[in-house]
Order: sequence, then C-alpha cells, then structure tokens
Amino acid sequence: MKRIAVLVATGLIGLLALVVSLGGAAAGSAGPAAQERSAAVVRPPAVPNARAIRAKYRGKSITLVGDNAVGSSHKRDLLLVAKFTRDTGIKVKLIPHPQASDAAYAQLARNFSSKSSSIDVMMLDVVWPGAFAPYLVNLKPRLAKEAKKHAQGIIQNNTVGGRLIAMPWFGDFGILYYRTDLLRKYGYRNPPKTWAELGTMARRIQNGERPSNASFYGYVYQGNAYEGLTCNVLEWLASSGGGNLIDGGKATIDNPKAVSMLNLQRSWVGNITPRGVTSYQEEDARNAFASGNAAFLRNWPYAYSANQDTPVKGKFDVTVLPHGAGAPSVGTVGGWQLGVSKFSKNIPAAIELVRYLTSPAVQRFDAIYNSNVPTIPAVARDRAVVRTNPYLKPEIAKVKRVTRPSRYLKGRYNQGSQIIYQGVNQILNGQDAKNVLPSVEQRLNRLLR
Amino acid sequence: MGAPAPILLHVDETMSTIQASAGRRRTRRRGTRLQRRQTRLAWMMLAPALAVVAFVAIYPLGQTIYQSFTNQQFLAGIEPTRFVGLENYREVVRDSFFRDAVVVTIKFTVITVLFEFVLGMIIALVVNSGFKGRGVMRAVMLVPWAIPTVISAQMWKWMYDDVFGVLNDGLMRLHIISEPVAWISQPSTALWAVAAVDIWKTTPFVALLLLAGLQVIPSELYEAADVDGVSKWHQFWRITMPLLQPAILVTLIFRTLDALRVFDIFYVFFGSRLDTQTMAVYDQNTIVSIGDVGYGAAVSVAIFLIIGLFVVIYVTFMRVEQQ
Amino acid sequence: MSTVAERALRAEARPRIRRRVRRRRVRRFVRRLPFYALIALIFFYAVFPFYWAIRSAFTPDGDLFRTPVQYVPTDPTLTNFREVLSSGEFQRALLNSTIVAGSVTLMALAIGALAGYALGRFRFRGRSATLYLMLSMTTFPQIAILGALYTMINRFGLFNSLGALIFSYMIFTLPFTVWVLTSFMRALPRDLEEAAYVDGASPLQTFYRVMLPLVAPGLVTAGLLAFIAAWNEFLYALSFTQTTDKHTVPVAITTFTGKSGSTFQIPWGQIMAATVVVTLPLIVATLVLQRRILAGLTAGAVKG
Repeated sequence: MKRIAVLVATGLIGLLALVVSLGGAAAGSAGPAAQERSAAVVRPPAVPNARAIRAKYRGKSITLVGDNAVGSSHKRDLLLVAKFTRDTGIKVKLIPHPQASDAAYAQLARNFSSKSSSIDVMMLDVVWPGAFAPYLVNLKPRLAKEAKKHAQGIIQNNTVGGRLIAMPWFGDFGILYYRTDLLRKYGYRNPPKTWAELGTMARRIQNGERPSNASFYGYVYQGNAYEGLTCNVLEWLASSGGGNLIDGGKATIDNPKAVSMLNLQRSWVGNITPRGVTSYQEEDARNAFASGNAAFLRNWPYAYSANQDTPVKGKFDVTVLPHGAGAPSVGTVGGWQLGVSKFSKNIPAAIELVRYLTSPAVQRFDAIYNSNVPTIPAVARDRAVVRTNPYLKPEIAKVKRVTRPSRYLKGRYNQGSQIIYQGVNQILNGQDAKNVLPSVEQRLNRLLR
Repeated sequence: MGAPAPILLHVDETMSTIQASAGRRRTRRRGTRLQRRQTRLAWMMLAPALAVVAFVAIYPLGQTIYQSFTNQQFLAGIEPTRFVGLENYREVVRDSFFRDAVVVTIKFTVITVLFEFVLGMIIALVVNSGFKGRGVMRAVMLVPWAIPTVISAQMWKWMYDDVFGVLNDGLMRLHIISEPVAWISQPSTALWAVAAVDIWKTTPFVALLLLAGLQVIPSELYEAADVDGVSKWHQFWRITMPLLQPAILVTLIFRTLDALRVFDIFYVFFGSRLDTQTMAVYDQNTIVSIGDVGYGAAVSVAIFLIIGLFVVIYVTFMRVEQQ
Repeated sequence: MSTVAERALRAEARPRIRRRVRRRRVRRFVRRLPFYALIALIFFYAVFPFYWAIRSAFTPDGDLFRTPVQYVPTDPTLTNFREVLSSGEFQRALLNSTIVAGSVTLMALAIGALAGYALGRFRFRGRSATLYLMLSMTTFPQIAILGALYTMINRFGLFNSLGALIFSYMIFTLPFTVWVLTSFMRALPRDLEEAAYVDGASPLQTFYRVMLPLVAPGLVTAGLLAFIAAWNEFLYALSFTQTTDKHTVPVAITTFTGKSGSTFQIPWGQIMAATVVVTLPLIVATLVLQRRILAGLTAGAVKG
C-alpha cells in the first residue's frame, strides 16, 4: 500500500515538473514573433485623452470578452488591449468567447443571470441586444457623440427602449469567395451571378478537379445546426423571393419559392457540396476552401485576411452572393457590438475601453489589420481601407443587407433561430423541405404570439 | 458516462440486499440498551452521508419538481415567473422533439449495451483463460475507460473528419469506399459513429465486471467437464453462462442506466442538431440555450421517471430471478 | 514430485516428446489463428485511436490539414505541445481538475467510510432501506437537477467557482463510495473488531484504528474510481464555470481554441497534444494501479 502511494506521488510530482518546465521553456515561442511581423505593417492607434483617463482609472482591472481565439481576430484583440493598457494603465484581461455564437450567448446568459461581476465589457452579436438589454449599461450619456459617427441603422439596432446598450464594433455581411485560378482554368470570365450559374460552374469545376483530388467539392458554406445556418438560410431565401423568414411579425418561411430553394440546396448536398457541410461552421467551411478543396465558399469578410496565410493565397477573390430570378443579391447583416455589464465593478473604466475600441482610428486599424467591416461610413470610404478590403468596393459593399428577425423575436430570438436552423439542417440532411417548413413556420408563429 | 457504475464486488450482496428489503419485516424487538446505543451510533455515523445526499440530490430534485409547475426563464428579464400548473407537462407529452430524443436515446442504449456486452464477454473470457498475452490485454483494455469521455469524443471526431480524417483515408486506400464519407453528418451513420466511441470507451469496464464474475467460478467445474469430454462451446453455455448470470444482470442494469443518461459524446459530436439529440442533450439545450427553465424542469422530471421505470423493471426482473 | 525412475524415463523420451510437442503446438497455433486474429483486431480497435492522437499531436498544422493523410509524420514537431503547455489556460485547467477531483475523492472517502462502517457492521432498523437508497442514488440522472443546482449555486455565490463543482460532484461519487465500502466492511471478519471492544475501545476508535486499515484496498479502489469519475465529469463543469481560469480539463479541451498564430481555428494538432498530455498520466496511473483495481474487484469475491 505504501509503495503504491509513493509511486503515485512520484509520478504526479514528475508530471507537474514536466508541465512546469515545458511551460517555462516555451515562454518565448512562435506567437509573439508572428505578431511582431504583422504589427509592423499596421500599429494600433494611441488612446486619445490617455492622460486624463490614466489619472482617473489607472490600476483598475476590467475583463473583456473578445473574439474567437483564432488567427488574426485574437491577435487584433491582444494588440488593442495591450496598447490600451500601456497608454491608460487600466489592466484589461482578455477572454476569447466560445467559437459558436450560441455558446457565446449561453456564456453571457449565465453570467447575467447569476449577476456575476466577472465580465465587464463583452462582444455582442447583432441579434442579442433585445435579449440582454436589461443587463447592459446605457451608453448614451457618455458616448452619444461617438455614436453619431456610426451607421445609424446599427445604432438603431442597438437601441432598446431608448437606451443605447451597445456600441457598434464591426459590421459583417455574407459574401461569396471564389477561386480565380479555377474559374480561369475552366473558361469562366466572371463569377456566377445566379444560383443556377453557381450550380453549373461548381459542377464543372468539381468534375474537372476530382480525378486529382478526391476531396474536392464545388460549393461550401455553414450548414451546421447553429446560428450561422440561419444567416445562410436568410440569404438563400431573400435572394430568391422566398421572404425574410419573418415578415411583418408573422413567420413566412413556408412558401413555394423557399421550398424550391431549400430543396435545391438539399439536392446539392452530396453532389457539389460535401455531406459534411451539415457539420460545418465558419472555420470548417473556410478550411475546406483554404486547403484547396472547394471552388466556392460563402463566408464573412474576416475570411479574406484569414486566407492570406494559406495555400490559396493570391488565387481567390470575393463578390456578392448569387441571386435567384426576380430577386436581388443580398448579404445577411452580422457584426458585433460592445456592451458594458450593469454588474461590472468598474463601469467608467469599461466605458473608456468601449470608447477606444469603437473609435474611428481603431476601426481603421481593424479594417486594415483584420479585414473587419467598419461601421463608420467615413472609415469605410478610406482609400487604404478599401485597398486591403476588396469587399468594400462599392459594387460589393452596396449589396442589399438583410437582417435576421431579432426585432420580432426579441428575448426569444435564440429559440426562434434554433427552430429555423434545426429545421433547415434536417432538410440538408435529406428531408424534403415541403415536409419540414410547415412545422417550422407553426413553431415560429407560436413564439411570436 | 456521467458516473461509473458501482463496482459490485459481491454480486450476491446486491441480490441479498434487495431480497432482504423485499422480504417480510421482522417483528420489532425493543432491544437492549446496548442495541439502542448501537442504533444511535449507526445513525450518527450515517448522518453526514445522508445529509449530503439530501442536500445535493433530494432538495434540488424537489426544487426541479417545483420549477416544472412554473414558467421560469433563465434570463429573468424575458417574462415574470408565475405558476402554470400542468401546462409544461402537457407540452412534454405533445413534444415531438422530446419523443424523438427518447427514441434516439433508446436506440443508442440498445446498440451500445449489446455490443459492449458481447465484446466485453469475449475479452473477459480471453483474459480469464491461460492466454499468454493476457496481462498486456488486461492493462491495455483499462486505458480507454480511464480517459475523460469528451477527450475520447474529440479523438474520434478527428478520426471521423470528412476531409482530413484517418478513417476515410484508410478505407479509401483499402478501396472499401470510393469517396470520403461524412460519418458524423450523415443521418444514416451518425448514431453508429457515436456508438462506436462509447463502445470503445466502455467495453473494458464491462469486461472487468464480467471478469470478476468469471473468476469466482471454480475451475474444478471446467476440469470435470473436460474429463467428461464436454466441448468448450457446451461448457460455455452450460457452466459459464448460468453461473455468470448475476454478474451479467448487474452489468446490464448499470450499463443500461448509464447509456440512458448519455450526454458528453453527443454534445461534442452533434451540438444542437435535431435528429441526434438524446434526452439529456435536449434537456440541457432547453434549460441553457433556450433558457426555458420551467419547461426544462418538466423534461427533467420526465427523464427521471423514464429512468426510474427502467430501474423498476430491472429490479422486478432480478427479484423474479431470485425466486 | 517425480521419482528418480520417472526422471530417468523422461530423459530418454525427451527428443521424441519434444518433436511431438512441437507438432502439436503448431497445429494448436493454426487452429487458434482466427482467435488470434480476433484478439489482434480488438487490440487494434483499442489502441489505434491513441496512436492517431499521438501522431496528430506531433504533426505540424500544415501537414495535418492536407490530403492524402500521412500515417507517420514526416516532419515531427513539438510546436503543438509547446503551444498547449505554455498556454496558461491549460495548465490552470489541469490544476483545477486535480483540486476538484482530489477534494471530492477525499470527502467521499471520509464520509463514505463512516457510512460504510455503520451500514456494514451494525444492525438497525432502516439499514437495508438506506442501502437501497444509496443504490438507487447511483442511477440518478445528473441532468435532471441541472436547473435547480444552478439556482442553488447562484444563491450561495458559488457560481463560476471550483466550490460549485466540488459541491455538485458529491451526487455521483458519494453513493457508490458508500456502497463499495459497505461491501468491503461487511466482508471483514469480526474477531479483530471484537478484540478491540474487549480492550475497551470506543466504536469510533475501533473504526479509526482497526477497520480503516483493514479496508484499505477498498479505500484505494473506491478512491480511484471516484477520482476518475470527478476528473471525467463534463456537464456540470460546463454549466457552472464561466471563465477559462475556472475550467476543468474536459471543458478546456472542448473549448480549446489554441494559441494565436494558428490559421486553422480548430487546432486539431493542439487538441491532440492536449489529449496526449492529459491521458498519458492517466494511462501510466492505470497501468501501475491496474493490479490494485483488479485486486479490489476480486477481493470481495472471496467470501470472508
């Protein structure tokens, strides 16, 4: 008995030593070096009014729930936070939020419902203000002047009951990525304008590429049962005359055009779209495209800079998503806002962080460094910004934006979105849309009552 | 698995306990002072355990039942909490998603318990025999079981990946399939994919329980049968199986109850995908993602009753067996 | 024991017997081939996933996300391990898991041993009912009380703390610990206990000095299983912790997003490296303690 105890104890001590030593040895590893390289290109701007802020709030600690801990988004957060801390003396702890939007929502929901003060500033998806409004500080008193610089549509989205509960941080809208080299190879001069064209081109390219690459597929997107699918569905439907999921307070998802569009997508799964697409979120789809295994990708603008470090660098471009007959091309509005928790112990310091992060200078930095879509029109017109972000070119940036029905579903948005994405996920997995959509519409209507 | 099945060292122990409680109560004896002091002492020593159980399990259960009669929401701002009587329960009965979840859970339970039992039996027999590599076998087989379920799930999810996964690659190289299969995404393979992980992880445990039962069987019985010229196959069915019955029964009970409560693997593999939700996943989603605590509580009670039903069935079966 | 004559006889017959034995061995081997094939298959099924995790952990990201798949990394690297281990989050998670599992195990053993003594050595009314209760608690579905526990934890201000986990983990560790230790206690012979009473020891002294040491194998077995169960737990850890500094290992692994610098977000290389780091000590511990586990399992089978 004693021998075993000694053995186990030695083993555990040995393990601890190993962990500590490896941890220490790795302290100066690849991360910071890579950061230095890219930061040399663009540096985060100085904090305006830093001295006054420092005098008042130096030494305070606040926690920021920031972007996914992936590539450039996380790097961007780290750079900005480091600059802010350096300039103002306010210590900012950065916590990346969970990858999936619903998991991020759940994290915040738990935080608010337990009145926890562990989170001060957080990223809010564009569809959450309705749900979290009671727990967020009204930013109008202190940030009204800054708010005027942003696109008023988003400001309105973030104003609930007259209170501005979140400042826009960056916008987002769905766009189409395509392989320029493959289009050229198969004799196409322009990217597809309609869904039918997309289908044809994808099939031709896939047939041509398959012999040399058994994992190649024509078209990938986010088909997992999560919020990202709702964005895709909205684009499919709104661009083919199938409505906007909920119109005028009533669910309209069950209509003939929607049925045929979703059945079209269903027919593509297993043909020009991998069956695995029903498990794909943003990064899985981007992975497939960036590793050279897809011709067309639907994703957010962030993927543009994320793809720069991959095998397809220099071989892809972006355009608006295709449309159906008699309907315009659209892009679902995404984007993130920054809010301050009512339960925070350092609200003024937190507001200063929000002021900094949503300032025009930082938006410009975000746009150039991380290809984030600015929410300040002046920044969106900046030449350097447009140069590094081709999707800000007028022909793409002017695409009609469609919004998810959070204003109708309000606090129940999560549940409503789940009804939609669970239903469509089933369609993509093989069920006929005309069997699934009626119950989806019925459940949505019950929620709206 | 949420909690390991208790190691039932004395399989007979279990049987006799249940028997004893099923038997007639003996007439109360006032008892000597010593007896009473002993009783008091025993209860005092039991007190901490009972207090913990009451506080950590019974009280929350009571609160869940209470919540199931309200419309309480996770985020208090959405709706004020009020009493709704049996409304939630009526909804549970009508809920086709919950019904589907129950079906998925039962399908999963049947598949995994069956395979784990057969494989576990084979492994137990192998280790129990004089097979030379059995020491290694025994050591190796414990390992998948000691690893957190979510970690196993991640390992297998990576192996199942439809573009970069080794399973597709291997099968394609062996020309068994011509293009990658999306094991997790495709509804037809999804349940089997997830079952394979659970089987991988839990068979060792089943094998251990069966092994414990095998090692109790005296080898003289087998030797006598050998002398009588009985074939190994007949020996298995006539000697091993009957004597192993208590161990088998207990193993089946606890594996079934564990499988009915499954959460971890399904969460990692499928998230909130509709056709692959188990009862526990559905409940968790209702409470946390949707935020409907009241309805979630009703679902919880329903799950509790379903599992309770299985317990009752098994216990009755065991009592009948004892007769 | 062989006599001189028998030994002499055997010496003569040796070469012939050896040839016959060899032939018989070969035949037996051939007959058992399907059996061996089955063993090999089971072995492969059990071990391959680990090999794959280890291989993936040593493969650089560029090679990992490439088709066709490499079975042996052509360019093995320690980067994944370095990134995982230098990630303060993961080290924190390991520490958290150890604290939680350790505390839970100690508490369960302490309370459980006491209860086991009462249930295993004393006769009183309600004894079998209590045993029955403990048995049925082991089948308790943890999901059923998730919402209620959440409310309770909030009320005690334990949200996003290790205390919440230690508290809630008692649900599934205590009942079966009680059960196991009761069985062990019951199997012990009465003589030592009676001798202690005769010597004038109080019941608690008897418990502490006589019974506990005797039941030590049971304590180890039960403790081991409780530790593993607490280490593995996912649902409560996911629901009751919020920030990464309170995550336990299972939660950390599922929310693992890797260090910045990796282009592909789902950092399978690093997830696999984390897996290897976590499972290696578990594997070593299991292999070292497997005799103990098995001994514990079969000890009760020999009726005392």
